[in-house]
Amino acid sequence: MNDTATATATAGRTATSHPLPSVLALGWSRAAVETKMFFRERDAVIFTFAFPIILLVIFGAIFSGRLEGSPITVSQLYTAGLIGAGVMSASFQNLGIGIAVDRDDGTLKRLAGTPLPRSAYFVGKILSVLLVALLEVAILLAIGVAAYDLTLPTELGRWVTFAWVFVLGITGSALLGIAVSSLPRSAKSATAVISMPFVVLQFISGVFIPFSELPEWLIRISSLFPLKWMCQGFRSVFLGDAGAALELTKSYELDRVALILAAWAVGGLVLCLTTFRWKSRRDG
Amino acid sequence: MLGYMTQTAVRVRGLTKRYGEVRAVDGIDLDISAGEVFAILGPNGAGKSTTVEILEGYRKRDAGEVTVLGIDPEHPTRPWRGRVGIVLQTANDTAELTVRETVRHFSGYYPQARDPDEVIAQVGLTEQAGKRIRQLSGGQRRRVDVALGVVGDPELLFLDEPTTGFDPEARHRFWDLIHELAREGTTIVLTTHYLEEAEALADRVAVIARGRVVAQDRPATLGGRASAKARVSWLDEGERKQVETDTPTKTVLELTRRFDGEVPELTVTRPSLEDIYMRLISSPLAEVTQ
Ligand SMILES: Nc1ncnc2c1ncn2[C@@H]1O[C@H](COP(=O)(O)OP(=O)(O)OP(=O)(O)O)[C@@H](O)[C@H]1O
Ligand SMILES: [Mg+2]
Repeated sequence: MNDTATATATAGRTATSHPLPSVLALGWSRAAVETKMFFRERDAVIFTFAFPIILLVIFGAIFSGRLEGSPITVSQLYTAGLIGAGVMSASFQNLGIGIAVDRDDGTLKRLAGTPLPRSAYFVGKILSVLLVALLEVAILLAIGVAAYDLTLPTELGRWVTFAWVFVLGITGSALLGIAVSSLPRSAKSATAVISMPFVVLQFISGVFIPFSELPEWLIRISSLFPLKWMCQGFRSVFLGDAGAALELTKSYELDRVALILAAWAVGGLVLCLTTFRWKSRRDG
Repeated sequence: MLGYMTQTAVRVRGLTKRYGEVRAVDGIDLDISAGEVFAILGPNGAGKSTTVEILEGYRKRDAGEVTVLGIDPEHPTRPWRGRVGIVLQTANDTAELTVRETVRHFSGYYPQARDPDEVIAQVGLTEQAGKRIRQLSGGQRRRVDVALGVVGDPELLFLDEPTTGFDPEARHRFWDLIHELAREGTTIVLTTHYLEEAEALADRVAVIARGRVVAQDRPATLGGRASAKARVSWLDEGERKQVETDTPTKTVLELTRRFDGEVPELTVTRPSLEDIYMRLISSPLAEVTQ
């Protein structure tokens, strides 16, 4: 064979070049199949999507009283906190486990062998996470309003707060989820490796247990992570000024909420870029 | 006028890949022309998947030169990916999508894809097109992989043990598909453990053992097969007799004369591809490479 003949092989074909589909179109198409796959997988739906909803119904039913010296009810407090946990479940936990499974079952490997740009995979994941999270928040709010006397804020300012807490919180949590997806060795261990820390984080971030019941050192640990700050932001939106007195510092500290959530968004991005693996540990 | 020049789809020189102490690929050379159907045979662990996955741009090599469709696959580009189709040895993804949803979705990745329903028909899954992939049998699942490999209408198609788990009818249908793709000018590189598959499909075969190419030729002439001695066998007073000879016609003529007409249970055979293959992978040459 002729060694110099390494020319581009197009024998028997016309070499007309058609344009490749755009990243945006492909990201959209990925989002559609990701969402379809998510909602068809019953276990994942219950685990990441229905879990916070079930908890709200149970907690709301158990603790029906009012908080001491405050017009806020316990279930209102839970609704606000579980919205934060729900957003993190839909982003951090959902992505952390979902991408670990994608790596293990060959999804990532197959995609890497196609002309799909890698960014389109992430665009798809993020759009589907946004949809799941928005639905989650809407359902939690609907339950809170219908069953637990939660009143939706009427001032625009509070909805603006809601928007930025949601966007910053979901960005940081999603990026953190993408980063931790590289930790589990296989899909089987992914649930344990990613959910365990998340459950612990919920307990120490004031979702289930009020800060007044927690030791100082635990609060200091939870203050490092985005969940505490996201919940605090959501409480400021849905409990209003009357609830500020329940906070440790008697204030929602929205400036710190913004600062720490933004720091997580940036830090999460750096973590993703430095640690993300397209290959499973089997692939040489 | 320039002379006719064969265009090379894949060119490999001195390819080497180690996993720790294991030399999975130990100095392989390959030249695969555009439009050729090339089969890679070899026992388990011979280094077939490793070689193919290096050509596909999945794994990094330790040494050697590799050119696939004009570029080094270690640095794949999107347009290049669009020209290469891949069927991996193992995959379990998209379990919750239906066959049609999956093939249609993947067709959207390519600049000039085939019609998804046509591809589904070609791999024989029309009846299962609306079924979730989770519910398919192993062989049907594998046919989805083949469909996803060809839906982008690749110039070069890699298939790593594509027909594992196929029933005989599915295998023949797959062979038809490969013949059709080859007729359209697609270059095809496949690994297989089925020798009759290599014989039915391949223009050329390479036999790999312990990370080295031990033979590379047309199936009909591999390992001196065409020139190997023929075996003439017949029944003589209830006893089976056989001779190995370079001149079987002469032997048969002598036998015809001796029996004065019909020779009882006469057979004349050349070594099968399997005989040659078994000899090749156990030959001292293969041993030396350890
Ligand atoms: N990711 C890996 N890490 C370590 N060793 C590996 C890895 N992949 C392959 N090997 C080793 O390299 C050698 C060649 O493996 P390869 O998968 O290429 O063989 P193969 O010819 O495809 O075999 P089979 O017919 O069983 O598919 C084997 O000894 C295998 O154990
Ligand atoms: Mg293999």
